[in-house]
Amino acid sequence: MPGFLTRRAVQSLIVLALMSFVVYGLIGLMPGDPIDLMINANPKLTSADAERLRAIYGLDRPLIERYAAWATDALQGDFGYSRSYNRPVLEILGPRLANTAGLMVSAFVLALALGIPLGIAAAAKAGGGADIVINLFSFVTISMPTFWFALILILVFAVTLGWLPAGGSPPAEAGFFETLRYLVLPVVTLGVVECGAYARFMRAAMIEALRQDWIRTARAKGASPVRVLVRHALRNAMIPIATIAALEFGTLFSGALITETMFARPGMGKLIFDAIMSNDYNLALIGLLFATLLTLIGNLIADLAYTVLDPRISYTDLERDR
Amino acid sequence: MSRGQIMTWAAAAVLAGVAALAIGAPLVAAILGHDPNEVDLLARFAPPSAAHPFGTDDIGRDELLRLLYGGRVSLAVGLTAAVIAATIGTTIGLFAGYFGGRLDALLMRLTDTVIALPLLPLLIVLAAVDLSKLGVPADFANAQETSLYRIVAIIALVGWTTVARLVRATTLSLLTRDFVRAARALGAGPARIMLVHILPNALSPIIVATTLAVGNVILFESVLSFLGLGIQPPIASWGNMLTNAQELIQTDPMLAIWPGLFILATVASCNLLGDALQEALDPRKRLDR
Repeated sequence: MPGFLTRRAVQSLIVLALMSFVVYGLIGLMPGDPIDLMINANPKLTSADAERLRAIYGLDRPLIERYAAWATDALQGDFGYSRSYNRPVLEILGPRLANTAGLMVSAFVLALALGIPLGIAAAAKAGGGADIVINLFSFVTISMPTFWFALILILVFAVTLGWLPAGGSPPAEAGFFETLRYLVLPVVTLGVVECGAYARFMRAAMIEALRQDWIRTARAKGASPVRVLVRHALRNAMIPIATIAALEFGTLFSGALITETMFARPGMGKLIFDAIMSNDYNLALIGLLFATLLTLIGNLIADLAYTVLDPRISYTDLERDR
Repeated sequence: MSRGQIMTWAAAAVLAGVAALAIGAPLVAAILGHDPNEVDLLARFAPPSAAHPFGTDDIGRDELLRLLYGGRVSLAVGLTAAVIAATIGTTIGLFAGYFGGRLDALLMRLTDTVIALPLLPLLIVLAAVDLSKLGVPADFANAQETSLYRIVAIIALVGWTTVARLVRATTLSLLTRDFVRAARALGAGPARIMLVHILPNALSPIIVATTLAVGNVILFESVLSFLGLGIQPPIASWGNMLTNAQELIQTDPMLAIWPGLFILATVASCNLLGDALQEALDPRKRLDR
């Protein structure tokens, strides 16, 4: 078992290293040129100065050499400066990471709190009226563009009813509840958009569990329908759900990027988007790698959950399937 | 007809309707006597009328015509990118499954890697890449239609993984079947076995995955276009019609509602249809029995 996890962790590190190279290359292909940006700020610079700057910053060297230099610095903990903030990249990422984590965790909890009961209710009477309604609801949430749902929520709850703020950060002197009010619409946006997928997975897992022999045995022994559902089926159905939830946690980041952009919340997602748009190369690069790392950690947790929760699955089985 | 079947037919009807409207867009344009890109600054935010059934947008363009022409773009991008992605995925899956060994390990690690990437940030970076820095001629890189090709290309580039895994798994199970072994005994080469014996039998999972992918591609296209990185104006797409919607939401909320409803109806129909196809083609996966 430790061997399997070590191998998966090493694989994840390789993916991260590959990704850093690919993104480094791609960032160099963004519109605009770092030297041009410097020159714009100082009209006295000549094209000879530009050449000299290019040499100082090593931009005249081949991509591989530049990447190697960047990677050496990064491995020593030097991630460079942000161009638009004039501060070290990590100083800017840190506080925003906390904001994004808060949003993602709250939305994740909301999505599970909505999706799991809905999935159980749908599976309890598969094919019935409630099942069809829940199914339709799930399809709607899965098929909705996140940014559009955010727009509709803003239109209804901020513009028309005026109950909640349309976005931005709470004022510095705001109390706990005031701060919470700013969090409601973003969390609902992300949580509802994600909950349909969980409801569908939960329904499928419950139906699969309800079909097993031990359920028939439990029913034959006179267990009440609720007891069969909760005690016998749910416990088994939770195994695939835990795996899927861990996998989805990584993809939640894409949703967080959109949600933060829509509600003008200072978080990682919006930061990455703004950095790409404003040629802030170092910031975009580190932000993207951070997002990749989050996804990879989610996948590792999924691997772990899969085997820890279900003793019937051994690590050797997992390796053979891959 | 069960209630599930009614939903499936409703989804098919919605898709057929959207497709018919998109194909018939020039006809509607001729009847209304406008062009989707025709700007009329004297008729900004016009309410619905006979000349403009859905009113006009912030620079006086006909909203209905832009929705219909936007549908052409969104559907075309969705279908093309999904089919290209499925082709890439099928090829990779077939090779990995058929040849096995090192090639299989390499291709599957590649698949795992692409799956592990944060999709939206990656698509944003790919969409922002300056094509002229890649040596693409400037007049092509800056042409209006290029944004169409580019979005199809980048979505196909990251969207093939599901099909690759499905095809690989199907190939592995088909390789042990008697008809494949018989073909091999008769001296059929790898190309013949893959194309004649394996591919036709792997078609149903491919079709299901592609149908589901069309909806997802439309969602990705819409969010990229919304962010200003996808389909470039003046070409209308459901996503870029929403770009200004947030600023205009107090002036004219319907401009924010319509494109989203079209996206929702189309994507939900693709998903429902893909789901129904999956049940029809693979009764073992049937859930409501």
